[in-house]
Amino acid sequence: MILPDSLFPLGIAHYLAGGLIIGVGVALLFLVTGLIGGASTVFSSTWSYVSSLPHFRQPRLTGSRAWRLVYAGGMLLGGALFVALAGERFVTAVPGWQLALGGFVAGFGARLANGCTSGHGICGLALLKPQSLLAVLAFLATGMLTAHAVRALGGA
Amino acid sequence: MAARTFAIALASGTLFGFGLSLATMTHPEVILSFLRHEDFGLLFVLGGATGVALAAYQFGRRVLRKPLAAPAFAEHPAPMNARTLVGAAVFGVGWGLCGVCPGPAIAGTGGGNLPLVIALAGMFAGAYVQGRWFGDALPGAGAGEAAR
Repeated sequence: MILPDSLFPLGIAHYLAGGLIIGVGVALLFLVTGLIGGASTVFSSTWSYVSSLPHFRQPRLTGSRAWRLVYAGGMLLGGALFVALAGERFVTAVPGWQLALGGFVAGFGARLANGCTSGHGICGLALLKPQSLLAVLAFLATGMLTAHAVRALGGA
Repeated sequence: MAARTFAIALASGTLFGFGLSLATMTHPEVILSFLRHEDFGLLFVLGGATGVALAAYQFGRRVLRKPLAAPAFAEHPAPMNARTLVGAAVFGVGWGLCGVCPGPAIAGTGGGNLPLVIALAGMFAGAYVQGRWFGDALPGAGAGEAAR
């Protein structure tokens, strides 16, 4: 073993297999439809159905809102399919305030950055975009700092 | 947009959500353990997904010249500027607080991890505030990318 087991206490097989399947999904979308399959734009493009604010009326949001919603529907379905096959459901114990506040801040930041862990992390890196590499390094750094700080303050 | 586009979006979204679930990215506890340097498995998820996407984006584009069922390949809209980097840094703070990013929040909800609905609602609210007060459709903010 080159790497000590303690870096991967749960093994790596399910991580790698899941990652490859995610990659196949992103690749399929791109090769057939030419679309870049980041996840977070759906949170803005869906607002365009009900909001007349100029930001949400941009063609790149109104023009992509339908397939993005279908794509998100597929993600819901994929999550349900996995639980049906695995036969067990996982429910997080992370406190609601962390989910609410963290979700809000993550949603805001991802949309300001035009991408999240999938848009910059998977798609942007695969497109060899330097701005995506910088974005990934930025959110890894602040994510690690925050997670350590929350634990130190008694959170999950 | 053609029915074929929706069928492919549904199929690839399903693969995406299934892969996230298999890789336990839908467990905030696993993400938080990565961010606290207790389990580095997330790097294999990112590496595996990016590797396959890289092959499609770089080689598929050259071999095919255009998508199998569309006129042209899209580009990623994020410009190289302070917005992108500040946004990413802010995103990381939220990610480190809740332990889920947008894809896993959606896939986990589909898998019955119902507290993640709270994170999803937060993300929709955060996206609204961003678009309402910090949007890039304002004059001079410089959003000029092509629509897809």
